[in-house]
Amino acid sequence: MLAGGSKLYADHVKVYPQRIWGKFRSIKWAILAMLLLIYYLVPWIRWDRGPDAPDQAVLIDMAGRRAYFFWIEIWPQEVYYLAGLLILGAFGLFFATSLLGRVWCGFTCPQTVWTDLFMQVERWVEGDRNARIKLDGEPVSLGKSVRKLTKHGIWLLIALATGGAWAMYFDDAPTLLRNFFTGQAGELQYVFVGLFTATTYILAGWAREQVCIYMCPWPRFQAAMFDEHTMLVTYEEWRGEPRGPLKRAAAEDKPQGDCIDCGLCVRVCPTGVDIRQGQQLACIGCGLCVDACNSVMAKINRPLELITYDALSAQADRAAGRPPKRRFIRPRTVVYFVMILAVGIGMLATLSQRARLDVSLLADRAPLFVRLKDGGIQNGYTLKILNMLREPGTFSLEVEGLPGIETRLIGADSSRIAVAPDDVGTFRLLLLVPKGAAPSGSSPITVRVTNLANGEVSIHDATFNAPQQ
Amino acid sequence: MTDINRDEVTGKPTTGHEWDGIRELNTPLPRWWLLVLYACIVWSIGYWVVYPAWPSLTNYTKGMFGYNSRAELAENLAAAEAAQSQWLSRIDQNSVEAIEGDPELLNFAMAGGRAAFNENCAPCHATGGAGRPGFPVLADDEWIWGGTLADIQQTIQHGIRAADDAETRITDMPRFGIDGLLDRTQVNDVTEFVLSLSGRATDQAAAEAGQQIFADNCAACHGPAGQGLREFGAPNLTDEIWLYGGEKKEVIAQIHNPKMGVMPHWIGRLDSARIKMLTVYVHSLGGGE
Repeated sequence: MLAGGSKLYADHVKVYPQRIWGKFRSIKWAILAMLLLIYYLVPWIRWDRGPDAPDQAVLIDMAGRRAYFFWIEIWPQEVYYLAGLLILGAFGLFFATSLLGRVWCGFTCPQTVWTDLFMQVERWVEGDRNARIKLDGEPVSLGKSVRKLTKHGIWLLIALATGGAWAMYFDDAPTLLRNFFTGQAGELQYVFVGLFTATTYILAGWAREQVCIYMCPWPRFQAAMFDEHTMLVTYEEWRGEPRGPLKRAAAEDKPQGDCIDCGLCVRVCPTGVDIRQGQQLACIGCGLCVDACNSVMAKINRPLELITYDALSAQADRAAGRPPKRRFIRPRTVVYFVMILAVGIGMLATLSQRARLDVSLLADRAPLFVRLKDGGIQNGYTLKILNMLREPGTFSLEVEGLPGIETRLIGADSSRIAVAPDDVGTFRLLLLVPKGAAPSGSSPITVRVTNLANGEVSIHDATFNAPQQ
Repeated sequence: MTDINRDEVTGKPTTGHEWDGIRELNTPLPRWWLLVLYACIVWSIGYWVVYPAWPSLTNYTKGMFGYNSRAELAENLAAAEAAQSQWLSRIDQNSVEAIEGDPELLNFAMAGGRAAFNENCAPCHATGGAGRPGFPVLADDEWIWGGTLADIQQTIQHGIRAADDAETRITDMPRFGIDGLLDRTQVNDVTEFVLSLSGRATDQAAAEAGQQIFADNCAACHGPAGQGLREFGAPNLTDEIWLYGGEKKEVIAQIHNPKMGVMPHWIGRLDSARIKMLTVYVHSLGGGE
């Protein structure tokens, strides 16, 4: 028990955001619609890759160990492209944040998008802020139960669609949809759809702003990307204060700022903060308070943008009566931009140059070598040829590095090795060196595999083992 | 007057128990914790009903699901067998030569052959057919009884000097020394001659003396030039591979009192598909013939 009866955790105060219209609300709706459409529809885009290949444009095929993105096919060992994408995403986030503040949090974060959608459902079913507060205060009744059940039902349906769409990125979408409802999908598929249904429902329906305030690490360190030129949702304190009701100011003839303390900016806020207290962790920068305040300022004929989307330096200029200066090109934005450019160009370059042929050569551990009748030395290897093209490949194999080295391939001819399309050919390779030609111990050799159709070459270093003398 | 059931300092209720003026605070278990406990108890009852649970003196309660882990293992094994069965039947229907010519079957046979080899053959021939003293290396190009697929298959099926197999490969090398067929000098001379076949004789005069002894006693099986004879399993004596060692004393020992290896027959122990896979695998180790 903490001293003085204080608690470890703050009580949860339920937020009832009020409906608002305006510029930022429209932007949020547009982005929400776009992102949700992308999320739900992308698994349904078809892409013809020929026979024996999935025709889904974006697919991570775990069982087949391939990832498909339109014309790009990724093998497991090429997963570093994912690392590149994550680096791009991180620098993109840093860049956008240093330039425009918390646009990720306010507009594009999945938590924000789905919470926004769930809140809209809540408004349709239970009404706006006051109606919802009233409904929650009422005792249980048939009407209340119907409304609550309807809301949670719709939420669960959206959550199910969300979880289902997630699984569709990992399996053929039409097949999965059919199997899912006929009970023929795999156990894991039901588990994952259930998992993402549950998380969507809980995070967007119940946890909401708690996720941003308590769970998410991003708000805690993104201030490191801000400087005084970063665009932020901010309150023009210099002309808003002293705040007070319009009528009282007129009656008492006291100095009066533009803020009439109507509280609308707090009531519309999805995380329940008061932006007039300045920058704070819980503010996700969505700009709905800007819409709210502008609607009030317009009614009482005061200049708009008392709460505004502006840089702190520009605000300081306005407060001092100077024309505001905005600087978008700053060392940090330039650095982030150059990083994005460098990683992006690097990825494009490697992607366009990437090999579609790979070779792995595994030397036998036992025996390391055998002595032949004529005193020659033979080594055994497992040769794997990865034909990453969607057409049958014919390859030739040459080995260099020791005088008189001979190649024997079990079950194949080393000048014409056939490997099926998009497949790995596994062969047993024997290398023979005449008596006296192999130096004591291990010697470096080079294995060169050539695709006879397009001339692509893969060169692999290996060792040849001989007895220690 | 303070409430006797409420602690003054914390304001919490007490249990009413008091020892030496110290009253115990009433801090019951959290409700959620109790509910979880009750739920676990209910769950365990259900568990007893459907799964094996209580032992009796001679048996145990079987549970409604009739589950037991031994049956589950048998089921998994049967499923694995069923998954392999179409491959195994294809292996069964094809000759070893056809298996080696089909890349798909070859891959399956190599994997199946490796598993069977490690279980059954590696104790003597070592992993990868590396061999041990007295047990031939299978990864080289010397084949005492022949290195074609058919030869290897025959050897695996019927073994070498296997006691209970009429078709086994069998020969005996006479015990020249202890049976008194050759005296010590003769053994020494013929040894020098045998070593001279691979250019390693130390005593040229003795080697020349041994030539006639070799022609009289050894050439019938090992061939006039010592190149060996597969039909009798008589090894080639002109190459660099020595099953029982190529030092002079080792060759003398082999002439004096020969060791002759025994390999069991595998027909009846392994099914024909597994023997075929083993054949293909062994043939691939050193390239076969």
